[in-house]
Amino acid sequence: MKSYRMTAPGHPLRTLLIAGAGLAVLLILGLVFPSPWLRDTMTSLFASGLLAMSLHLLVGYSGLVSFGHAAYFALGGYVFGMTLQAPGYVETFGAWSLPSAMLLAMFGTGGAAFLVGLVCARLSEIYFAFLTLAFQMLFLSLIQGFVGYTGGDQGLTGGIPRPAFLGINVTQSWDRYAFCATVFVFGVLVIRLITESSFGFTLRMLRDNEARVKFLGINTYLTKVICFTLAGTLASLGGVILAIFTSAAYPEWASWTKSGEAIFMIMLGGVNTFLGPLAGALAMRIIDDVTLLYTTHTELAKGIVILFVVLVLKRGILDFALDRRRSRADRRANRDRAAAHEKERADVDS
Amino acid sequence: MFNFDALAGCLSASSCLVTQLSTGVIIGMLLFLVASGVTLIFGVLHVVNFAHGAFYMIGAYSAYTGYSLTGSYYLAIAFGTLVAGIIGILFERLAISKVYKENLLMQLLVCYAFVLIADDLVKIIWGAEYLALGIPDEFRVPPYRFAGGVIPPLYIFLVCVSLAVAILCLLLIQYSRFGKIIRAAAHNATMVSVLGIRVPVYFAALFGLGCALAGMAGALAAPVRSLTPGMGVSILIDSFVVTVIGGMGSIPGALLAALILGMTRSFGSLGFPLFVDGMMFMMMVAILVFRPQGLLGERPAR
Repeated sequence: MKSYRMTAPGHPLRTLLIAGAGLAVLLILGLVFPSPWLRDTMTSLFASGLLAMSLHLLVGYSGLVSFGHAAYFALGGYVFGMTLQAPGYVETFGAWSLPSAMLLAMFGTGGAAFLVGLVCARLSEIYFAFLTLAFQMLFLSLIQGFVGYTGGDQGLTGGIPRPAFLGINVTQSWDRYAFCATVFVFGVLVIRLITESSFGFTLRMLRDNEARVKFLGINTYLTKVICFTLAGTLASLGGVILAIFTSAAYPEWASWTKSGEAIFMIMLGGVNTFLGPLAGALAMRIIDDVTLLYTTHTELAKGIVILFVVLVLKRGILDFALDRRRSRADRRANRDRAAAHEKERADVDS
Repeated sequence: MFNFDALAGCLSASSCLVTQLSTGVIIGMLLFLVASGVTLIFGVLHVVNFAHGAFYMIGAYSAYTGYSLTGSYYLAIAFGTLVAGIIGILFERLAISKVYKENLLMQLLVCYAFVLIADDLVKIIWGAEYLALGIPDEFRVPPYRFAGGVIPPLYIFLVCVSLAVAILCLLLIQYSRFGKIIRAAAHNATMVSVLGIRVPVYFAALFGLGCALAGMAGALAAPVRSLTPGMGVSILIDSFVVTVIGGMGSIPGALLAALILGMTRSFGSLGFPLFVDGMMFMMMVAILVFRPQGLLGERPAR
């Protein structure tokens, strides 16, 4: 607790200010370069970024390797889309239908994540990974099974009605971009506040030594369940962003490759930094787009990059940069010390 | 979504029952071959080979090429098994062996990368379209009739081969010198290497054996399944379910679970065609919650 209080003064406020500045930068970026390409790329990045960053709460901070996180991402998108497509929903709620559908998606996904978490948190390591994957596949087969509600393999097509609210009309490019950016920054802010809270430090302790956390009298099972629920809820926001953006929802969002991709984004960006997963999502997007210029075999390129990062670098981009800077500083310090030593000896000799 | 009338109708008609039972056994036995590879590798190396499905796919595609070159199904099976085994050994030496000591995340990523690469390479080499091997010439004979049901001879061949190979592997691990060294190394690799035994070679051989089993399953399945670049994923998930239900590291458990799953798939396709996967996962979840070590597993889950 002490280390928390040391960094605490004005901390939540500072985080809030940084988040505001970040949002301002994103909005200005969208205004200065009003090309639809930039806005669309950024919007899909917001979605995958939220997926990776919410998973980071589990993988990076709590040491829980969930291999089924995309399920909550997809669930968010599907609940959002299915609610708005439900007959009579838009007529009943009018201008408030989009925000209320968003809330419903968040709470619905949160509830589902809570139930799954109750089961999964009983197990650890490999069994945890398996069980989360199993639940994801269960979700996927439910999505594919209830064709009447979800559209099955075709996905939730036919367009999701998105009526304007508070003067925001998300069917228009700028409004959509600004709204998605706001939701994204809000999600990141919540994740940041969680990791900086005492609960966030409990999560780190859980990752480092679960037995000792138990000795402190903390209910580790409950902590894991809460963390799983929070991560699932935040992932659903990513799904909502993507559903707003594509005006549809697809079963591929719940596929196991999506979960694998999210895990890789975290690894690629750096496990030990807060913004690592975001850097990973960006890098992944760049890898995809650059390979698409030359060939359609993006998976091959992605696989080779993953092998290179895992086997050669052994850490993510931001972690790597951090280590490089540190070791260079060390080397410079050593060289200076050696030079000073040489000079001293020369002085003595003369 | 549910069609229990069809299921009940099938259960009361012996011809349908025989056909569905034989289908279930086939699915189960092929699944068992793949799952025993996963179990073998996990039991000794404590690595979960998330790339196991890719070796199934490699085996199937190699068998396809082998069959079109030689025209012999038996040679095709041998070819598929061999190719999968060799690639498995290479994969172990070049990638997986580097992350034995790393955490689960790293192992997961290496396997994920391998699956992506393998899927795309298959697309480049064989094309993205569905391929079909067809029933090989050796088995173009009239099917056996039993209690009104129809059983193709190929099915009987597949079941016998899978069962024989699995029993051979079990004997190999249990009684041969190779198996004894492997089991000793799984227990204490340092001590075994002190005795002058090259442990990495044995680990690579075991990994290759596991992958060869998957390749063989793919080659055996090639005539009855269509080949597609993503075919590894579904069998991988299924074999996970089998290993979890049967118990990690337990070969008899894998056999039992594979047969249960095969029957679920076969009869479920009549009764609840869209919820077969869901049913499988519900069984897996129930096992993990109430008996995390699996039906016949010994290792208690932490």
